Amino acid sequence: MDSISLIGMASVITAGLTIGIGAIGPALGEGRSVAQALSALAQQPDEANRITRTLFVGLAMIESTAIYAFVVSMILLFANPFWDYVVSNAGG
Amino acid sequence: MDLMSIKQISPDQVIFWHWGPISLNATILFTWAVMALMVLGSWLITRRLSTDVHLSRWQNLLEVVVNGMRNEIRDISRQKPDPYLYFVGTLFLFILVPNILSVIPGFITPTASLSTTAGLAICVFAAVPIYGIMSRGLPGYLRQYLEPTVFMLPFNVIGELSRTLALAVRLFGNMMSGTKIVAILLAITPLVFPVVMHALGLLTGVIQAYIFAVLAMVYIASATRAQQQTRREHKNNERKGENS
Repeated sequence: MDSISLIGMASVITAGLTIGIGAIGPALGEGRSVAQALSALAQQPDEANRITRTLFVGLAMIESTAIYAFVVSMILLFANPFWDYVVSNAGG
Repeated sequence: MDLMSIKQISPDQVIFWHWGPISLNATILFTWAVMALMVLGSWLITRRLSTDVHLSRWQNLLEVVVNGMRNEIRDISRQKPDPYLYFVGTLFLFILVPNILSVIPGFITPTASLSTTAGLAICVFAAVPIYGIMSRGLPGYLRQYLEPTVFMLPFNVIGELSRTLALAVRLFGNMMSGTKIVAILLAITPLVFPVVMHALGLLTGVIQAYIFAVLAMVYIASATRAQQQTRREHKNNERKGENS
């Protein structure tokens, strides 16, 4: 197998694995935090404003780990430096 | 989506015009457009302010926005909002306006470029020590790096750097994923579904602008507030000692 197809195959498979595995942890964390926030809201409806704000900030912090995985998989798919290097070598 | 092909993940790669080493890419062009829109709009609105009962609807809009930002800052920092309003409010509006404008066809939001978000995150990185030193003095600010024990110094420094990186990559990743998902869906189901994802992108954009501003405020507040709390605790302890 030549290096172009090897790098292409590795990039595509790794991109899928990256976003697939990387989404598990944040999904569990977000589900847990939303459940906790909902029960807190049910207990203290007066504090809804503060709980919601803290929830959104916390969700964004948790979600950012999934976003990192997404950015890595996007780089692997669309801006892969190894792929560009191999293609430019093959072209030149 | 017409300007950016599916292969380009950053609007930096869309180059409209270049002359020698200088090139004008989509990020710079749309940042200038947003800046011009915001400056011109606020100049037009604040040209004729009235304290009367009758005010123009645009002045009403700006008053609602500024008042909302002041209330949020007061809630988060538990301090007077005025010194922070200019910086945090500017960050919020500068991220919010292009994120909302991204529904306009042909407009690529500059926040979908890592250069813009890294610039904004570096502004926050610089603003935290500036506000901290202004309110606590240089020794007081530097002492917070040794807060629990001296051994935490490297972790505090690494935390400072990594949260700046996280701020930049979070905003970039969210906005870039919005545009990328619409572009991919246009290739798969071009009829109605991209519109739904675009609407979802609007929601994400507003929330991300809010979160960027809130996190900047939280970081600044944590650098300025700690000493006031410890001072209050000291006073309480002294009072308790007197009583007993």
